[in-house]
Order: sequence, then C-alpha cells, then structure tokens
Amino acid sequence: MRPFRFTNAKDAASAVRSLTGNPNARFLAGGTNLLDLMKEDVERPDELIDITRLPLTQIRTITSGPNQGGLSIGGLGRNADAANHPLVRQNYPLLTQAILAGASGQIRNMATNGGNLLQRTRCPYFYEVSMPCNKREPDESSARAGCGALEGINRMHAIFGWSEKCVAVYPSDMAIALAALDATVNVRKADGQERSIAFADFHRLPGDTPEKDTNLNHGELITAIELPRNRFADHSYYLKVRDRSSYAFALVSVAAALEMKENRIVQARIAMGGVAHKPWRALKAEQLLVGKEASDATFRQAAEAEMAGARPLSHNKFKVELSNRSIVRALQMAVNGGKA
Amino acid sequence: MKYIGEPITRVDGHEKVTGQAKYAAEFNVPDLAYGVVVSSTITKGRIIRLDTSRALAVNGVIAVFTHENRPKTAWFDVSYKDQDAPPGSPFRPLYDNEIKYNGQPVALVVAETFELARYAAMLVDVAYEATPCDTDLLKHLDAVRDPNPGVMNIFKPLPPKPRGDADQAFAEAPVQQSAQYIHGMQHHNPMEMFASTVEYGKNGFLTIYDKTQGVTNSLLYVTQAFNIPFNQVRVVSPYVGGAFGSGLRPQYQLFLAVMAARDLKRSVRVSLTRQQMWSFGHRPATVQNVRLGARPDGTLTSITHEAMAATSQFEDYMETVVNWTGKLYPSENATLRYKIKSLDLYTPLDMRAPGGVTGLHAIESAVDELAYKLGMDPLDFRLKNYTERDWTEKDKPFSSKELRECFRQGAERFGWATRNPEPRSMQRGHNLIGWGMATGIWDAAQVPARAEATLTVNGKLRVRSATADIGTGTYTIMTQIAADTLGMPIDDVVFRLGDTTMPPAPIQGGSWTASTVGSAVKSACDALAKTLFRMAKRLPKSPFVGVGFDDVQFIDGAIQLRQNPSKRVSLLEVVSRNRGRAVTETATSIPNLIKHNSHSRNAHAAAFVEVQVDEEFGTVHVTRAVTAVAAGRILNPRTARSQIIGGMVWGISHALQEESVMDHRYGRFMNHDLAEYHIPVCADIHDLDVVFVEENDTIVNPLGVKGVGEIGLVAMPAAIANAIFHATGKRIYDLPIQLDKVM
Ligand SMILES: Cc1cc2nc3c(=O)[nH]c(=O)nc-3n(C[C@H](O)[C@H](O)[C@H](O)COP(=O)(O)OP(=O)(O)OC[C@H]3O[C@@H](n4cnc5c(N)ncnc54)[C@H](O)[C@@H]3O)c2cc1C
Ligand code: SF4
Repeated sequence: MRPFRFTNAKDAASAVRSLTGNPNARFLAGGTNLLDLMKEDVERPDELIDITRLPLTQIRTITSGPNQGGLSIGGLGRNADAANHPLVRQNYPLLTQAILAGASGQIRNMATNGGNLLQRTRCPYFYEVSMPCNKREPDESSARAGCGALEGINRMHAIFGWSEKCVAVYPSDMAIALAALDATVNVRKADGQERSIAFADFHRLPGDTPEKDTNLNHGELITAIELPRNRFADHSYYLKVRDRSSYAFALVSVAAALEMKENRIVQARIAMGGVAHKPWRALKAEQLLVGKEASDATFRQAAEAEMAGARPLSHNKFKVELSNRSIVRALQMAVNGGKA
Repeated sequence: MKYIGEPITRVDGHEKVTGQAKYAAEFNVPDLAYGVVVSSTITKGRIIRLDTSRALAVNGVIAVFTHENRPKTAWFDVSYKDQDAPPGSPFRPLYDNEIKYNGQPVALVVAETFELARYAAMLVDVAYEATPCDTDLLKHLDAVRDPNPGVMNIFKPLPPKPRGDADQAFAEAPVQQSAQYIHGMQHHNPMEMFASTVEYGKNGFLTIYDKTQGVTNSLLYVTQAFNIPFNQVRVVSPYVGGAFGSGLRPQYQLFLAVMAARDLKRSVRVSLTRQQMWSFGHRPATVQNVRLGARPDGTLTSITHEAMAATSQFEDYMETVVNWTGKLYPSENATLRYKIKSLDLYTPLDMRAPGGVTGLHAIESAVDELAYKLGMDPLDFRLKNYTERDWTEKDKPFSSKELRECFRQGAERFGWATRNPEPRSMQRGHNLIGWGMATGIWDAAQVPARAEATLTVNGKLRVRSATADIGTGTYTIMTQIAADTLGMPIDDVVFRLGDTTMPPAPIQGGSWTASTVGSAVKSACDALAKTLFRMAKRLPKSPFVGVGFDDVQFIDGAIQLRQNPSKRVSLLEVVSRNRGRAVTETATSIPNLIKHNSHSRNAHAAAFVEVQVDEEFGTVHVTRAVTAVAAGRILNPRTARSQIIGGMVWGISHALQEESVMDHRYGRFMNHDLAEYHIPVCADIHDLDVVFVEENDTIVNPLGVKGVGEIGLVAMPAAIANAIFHATGKRIYDLPIQLDKVM
C-alpha cells in the first residue's frame, strides 16, 4: 500500500470540494473494497477522504417529488441496516434478500450503500497487477494493456454486453435488486447542486472505455438511493446461484418482481447479475410476460427470448442455460411469494 | 487408566480463545525490523535488471536484499536440504537471477515498520527476460517418467511390482470398467500465514519464532544453510495456526528473515501475505487412469491404477497415490503405476492425506461404477473383495483391520440397508437425493522420538518434547498419557513442545505424532516412574523394601503396593527427599521393527454420504455424512472427533469446491485469496457424524494408537461423487464437482 493523506470530511460540501480538487483522491466509505484494492496496488489514491461521519444514513419515506411515497436510503447507511430496516423488509423484500445474499455479515456491517454500488469487478486479472487488464491500464501503450480474461480464465465473466476490450461482470447483489426496482441515485455535484441518475444509466457497458464503471463523475458524492413506490412486495424473489452456499459472488443472479392480478402478470421486472458489466435488465423477457398468465411455459419462453442474445465466452457457456433456469425459478418463486 | 480414552477438553483451549497463545508473527522483541518479500511476476526466465534505488530512498527503509547483494550463504545446494526435502536440488531464495516459478521471492525489503516495508516493496523495479513456461500437466501426459526415489520413500513407498497380468485379465474379464480422474492443484492455506520472527541476541545468538511443523527441521535448515553452529540458534514454535503439511518444510520467509537479521545484526520479522501463501508447496495436479475387470460374481480379477502427477523442475516430489488400491483389493492381476512430470512450478508439498485423498477418490469411484455394472450393492462388492493381507507388502497380515466393522456400524448408523440402488430414485421437493459410500485407508506410522519427564520439587509433572501442535490436540493427549503413566491428577501435569532446547521429535505429519511422541512421552514417564520407585525404596522406613516394580502402581499422585494400598508413598514425598532437586528422566522411543516388519499397519474408515442435488442449477449439498473409523485406541474422543469432522469437511471441500486455478499462459495462480479460493462456509456443512470402531492393536506401538489426522478425509470425495451418481445418474470424474459439471 502506498502512502496517502487521510482527512475527515466535515460536511458534504467540503467533501465534494476536496475530492474535486484532487483527481487522485477517493472517498473512503466502508473501505471493504477500496482498501483491498489499495493493498493489491490496483487503486493508488494519494488522499482518502473519510465520509462515514456525514449525516447521510437515514432511511425515510419520500414526501415530495417524482418518487413521493417511495423510500430514500442514505448513501452512507450500512448495507446491514438497509437490509433489515422494517420499511425495506415490508415494502421492498427483494432488496433485503439481495443485500443479504451478498458478502458476509461482517462485511455487510461495514459496507455502505453508496460504496456497494461502486464496488469494482472481481475479475482476477483486474486484481492482479502483473496481468494485462484494460480496465486497470486503459492506456493502450501500457505494458499491461489488453484483456487477460478474454481468452483466459473467464468462467465468472460476461455473456451479455461485453466488448473485446473487457468481458468483466459487475459483482454487486444489492444493485441487481435496485435495477429491478427502478431506483434512482441521487448525487451531489462539485458545484453543490444535486442530480438524479436513473439506475439503468448509472452503470455502463465496457465498450472502448472499460476503465469507466459508471457515469458518476469524479467528485460526485452519492447521497441517497431512491426507490419508487411499487406493487411488487408480494411477488418478488432474489435468486443467487453460486459455487458455495454463502460468501461467494454470483455466477448468475436474478431479481424478479411481479405485480399480479390473480394469476395474470400486470407488470414484470427482471434484472440479472453475474452476466454483464452492469445490472442486466431482461427487458425482452419482461415484455413477454406482461399481460400473460403465469405459467412455467411462459416463463421459459420469456427466459429464452432474453437469453437468445447471450454471447458466452470459452469457459462460461453453462451460464446461458443456467440463466434460463434461474429466470424461470426466480419467477416461480416470485409468483409464490418467495416460497418454493 | 483415568484420562486416556476420556473426552478431556483441550488443555491449551483457554490460552487460545483468550488470545494468550502466541504465534510466530506475534512475538514482539525490542528493536524489531520488518521484512516484506517482493515476488516474481513471471514464471520462467531471468532477472535482467533490478533497481532498488526508489525503495531505498524511502525514509525508514533499512536495506533491500536481492540476489545481487545478498550475504554469502552455504555454497552447496545439499546444505539447503531439510528433513522433508524430496530428491533434487532444493530451492534457494535469492540465489541467482534465474526465475523458476511464478511468485518466487526476488527481493526482501527491510524497514523500520511493516507499512514502510510494504510500500517500499512496491517500488522495487524488476525487469525480466521471460521464456515460455510449461505448467499444464494435462498437456504432458505422454512425457511422464519415474520419480527418483529418496529417503522419504520409507514412508511414501513407490508402487509395488505388478502381479499377474492385469492387461490380459482385463481383456478376458466379463465385466469391465475404466475411467480417467482429474485433480487440480490445491494450497494448504492454514489460517495463520507463514512468518518468522528472528531475535538477534548477544554475540549473534538467534532465537527464531517460526511457523513450522518441526522446530528441529527449521534448526537444521538454518544452521546448515548459514553455516552456524547448533548452539547459536534456538527455534521456538509453541502454537501453530494450522499447517496441514505446509509446515513440513521450512519456507522461504525463514531463510530471508535469518539472512537479514544476521546481516543487519538486528531482529527481523518476515511474514508472508495471503497471496504469497500460493508461492510455495501445494497438492500437485494429478491425472489417474483406473481399469478394473471382474467376474460376474463380483470377484475382482484385474486392477490397473496409474497416476501421473506434476512436480517442479528442481525436485522430484512424490506421494503415495496408487498403493492404497493394492492394500484394499486383493486382485490376482494388478498393475500400479506412479509417474511424474517436471513443470515450471514450485515443488509440491504434502497436504493433508497426500496421495490418499487423490488415489482413493479414483479407486473408490471406479469400484462403485463397477459394482453398478455388476448389479451389486457397492458395500457388498467391497465385502466380496475384502482382504486380510496386504499383497503390496509381501502379503503380510494387517496389524489390525476392523474395516468390516466400520462398514457394518457405519452402514447401520447411516441407514444404508434401506437404500434403493436405482439412480434418481429419491427426491425431496425439486431436489434429487443420493446416497454413496467409500472406503478409506491411511498409514499407521511411528518413528523414533525423544521426550523428557520431570517431577518438580513441588510434586508437579513437567514433560517436554520438541514436537508441534498444529491444532490437532497434541498438548492435550500428551498431557493425558503423562498423567496416566504416573498416576497423577491431570491438573498437576504440564506438557511443553515446540522448542529446540527440548529433546528432539520428528516433524509433525502423516498422522504419526500421537503414536510417535505419545510413545516417547510414555517411555520417559515410565523411566521416571522407575527412578522414583528406586528412590522411594531408599527412603527411611520405606514400605517397599524387597518389593519389585511390578508390585506397585502409580495412582493418585502416589506409589502404592498393589496388594495393600495402605502401603504408599506420595510422589511429593519422594521428590522432597531429593535435596531440593527435581527428578528428571529422558527416554527415546523406537518403533519395534520386528513387529512392524511382519505386519502391514493401517487405519481404516468407511464414509456414508447423503447429497441433495438441485439438478437445474447443479448445486450439491452434503446433507448428511457418517464416517466410521478404525484407528486403534482413541486417546481422546473429543479431539479425535474434531480431527475426523475436520477431515470430513475437507473431503467436502476437496470434492466440491477447492482448486487453485492457474492461467497456464502465464503460469500464475489466479484465485490466490480466500474470497476466490473456495473452501466450505458454515452454510455448506450439515449433519456430520463419527463412529469410532473399537480396535485393539498390539503391534503398531505400545499405546495401540494409529493417528486420526487424515483418515477422516480420504473416503469422503469418492463417497460424495458416488452419491451424486446415485442422485442424478451422472458420473463426474473431475474434481472439484462444481455446478456446471452437474447441471
Ligand atoms: C470477500 C468479499 C466478498 C464479497 N462478496 C460480495 C457479494 O457476494 N455480493 C456483493 O454484492 N458484494 C460483495 N462484496 C462487496 C461488498 O459488498 C463491497 O465491498 C461493499 O459494498 C463496498 O462498500 P464500502 O462502503 O465498503 O465501499 P468502499 O470500499 O469504501 O468504497 C468503494 C468505492 O466507492 C467510492 N464511494 C464510496 N461511497 C461513496 C459515495 N457515497 N459517493 C461516491 N463514492 C463513494 C469509494 O471512493 C470507492 O472508490 C464482497 C466483498 C468482499 C471483501
Ligand atoms: S475482463 Fe475487464 S477487468 Fe478483466 S482483464 Fe479484461 S479488461 Fe480487465
């Protein structure tokens, strides 16, 4: 780990100002991702601004604006608190399930909601500074330019939306639920103004700039995540398929949320994790489901429609069929209110 | 006997849970400097330039050691051989500019603080000239060769000569079975990382706190490699935070810490990172072919079991993979083969149940598949081919073998009799259920060791031997043995270990510590008993005049006449008449070679496993497992059960999760941390049950113990694979069985 300056942010305004003034500064939230990356020499900030004391931890019902009646979750609240808050458990059980499917109890106690959205890929080539990686070394003249995973070990990698430059997947579970729930991310900009970013626009596909995970600008602070009101609470499910029962990243995960009228699907939201560089909204599948009677055949049809566009890599062909089955199972579980 | 055989709680438990137990990197000595290792990022080639100027410019950096400036060490490579070194030329850290494997140490940065050293280590610029590397065993199966035998072959024998004609018998066999089994590499990854704290004392005397499974081994290594007299070094290692075999050889942090301390004339600590735990010994990748032939009645008529494993370019590591097959099955025609291939890797290193867990997975899976072809219950098949003699060792009888009882009691506890053999015949919700079983076998070895027993002036018993406790319970069982031998309350007995000032014991491995050190402790306590008795006889008004040693017993802290318990002398009284001095005896225990040479000595086990498979996702849960173990006398059912349970968990890990994944284009391990290198979490472990089968063995050693460190592990992988077949109808030959192989 390299030496860095450490400061405590007194308020949001000065935090944003300090960060904006130094391109090599980073916010320090729970540190569960950033500090690991610093130890591996992947991240090399020369200044850390501790934002954990900023009063941005509340969870409250939104009383005005487009998301009125929805829920605002503070950007610096801890993952564990968000998962277990009564309003989240009651109205957004999908989010509770997704958060609790991630990491471990200890990490969820440290990790913040804003930090979770900004956690970086677990691609082993990204983590290993001796290996080629375009995300870590965007400069094409770098000795470590290239994508180690493209023709290397890519069992965990993308099947949707990847480019020759990068085939990494985005690892967060929480964000997959947020994508399905059409959340918005509120950020504070350098000029002191706030802006809201629709969840679908928050994370990016790699394209030619894999070094950019999100559309957040340097210096912007995540202040809150907003969830609109919805009618999904009775019919949602977060399914995570992984190599062990806990403490493993998703090979494939599916956040499914349905609004049902008797057995008919009124609205459907499906987001997938472990398949792309961002939470993957299965829009094709969603469209196919709306207005249909819930049935295994319909679910399978919807899943296949979505997965027809998949482009697997050398080690992850299994992810395509695994995704098919995961979508079907998640929908079945959602219909049954989360029970098998 | 009062304590042996009782579930005594760990005598070191309190020290461990309260954090008082100190590990190698926790001994704080004054004026300590910290060393951090820079690791090679290429696999094969040369260092062409090494620039340490940026690192040295950091305020607080004391020195950077490289192959260019390192102090002189021993000239000949034999000086770097440790007690567990395979044949070949041992790796010498910072020896020259040649890179032999990825992660090889290329520099040691020493600084005033750990943080500074870690930072400066990032500033060491190393330029390499890389040449293409070969690390993939699967690409070289046609180029394998015989290993060079070494001294360790006493404990890890090469395969026996073939008997009969396995090829012909196979060709003629009405029922045939053949398959290939593939195992990847694994790393031990004990909780505690490797570390050495070297205290630089007066006149250069070194006190070394080392993570090791044998302080004597570390001492010999250091004194030879640095050409230091024995009396100038002491190695101490009272607690080991797990090792699983990784501490059988001194690791490079020991060499580097000693080198730096001697050069700087200052105390130095070097600890490795978790990632660097992938930069030395590992369980080798192994490919096995098993071919079996049988008569319709189930009699095995042909066995061919061959294993091909990877080793380094510099040493011929080998393990016993195929011999177990011969010990378990008495086919008239059998060929067992073991070959190796040198690759650009570090030398493999014994890892819990080395070879056994690999070989038994193959043979016990093959046997299950053959039993299905024969339409026999897999357990009946094993009974049909049961043997009381070991043809791989000149057809000797076993010193004891209660495997039949393991089958019977294990099957009963598990409920095997109700099993419907039909695959896919059991379901729970949308999950398939399967039951499988397999046999386990491991060595029951004993080697010489020394121990010392002292009755202190306060009438307490202090016993010492330079062995290790890698978490298995050595402290506890030795205390039990000593307490019982001298008939003392256990609270009056202290056992100490892990210090080269103590009588020497061998490295702790191969499940031989209980038998080896236990025998030495017993011998030392027996010798002390005799001396105390002699002293008691000489006491004024001694009740033992004219009494022989066999006429008395040691009980409740006293010597008393067997026939007349009122005639007694307390041990405290005996020692208090010794002019203020303690009484000490030292003894060496040596295996009884006459008994040993006429018998094959093994522990046995049978594992029964239930798996639950979500076939759509391929996820497998071991929902229930029973292991029945015959391992001679169980000294402490509590610590022994922990060993077996731990072995079973490891078996689940081995079968379903664990593998060090290498990118062979670069020769580098890609999942080198515990987030990505999977071992089971609590949620993966369900109902595990252990049955100890009674087994009396008067051959193996005076205590009749066989050791339980590995026997709980070896049968599990095949039992799990067989259960997965029973659940799904699918045979999966390659480990780990991750979900994509099942779905
Ligand atoms: C072993 C392990 C296993 C894990 N398993 C899982 C898993 O299965 N599923 C899963 O979803 N996650 C998993 N995680 C990841 C974990 O969820 C993230 O590390 C955590 O959510 C990050 O939050 P943090 O507050 O610690 O972020 P930090 O590490 O503090 O920050 C991450 C990044 O976000 C920036 N940042 C933080 N807060 C803000 C803000 N308010 N505004 C702007 N920028 C900000 C920081 O500057 C930094 O660049 C795992 C982590 C570990 C170590
Ligand atoms: S997939 Fe992306 S993160 Fe991984 S090596 Fe390629 S560029 Fe780097």
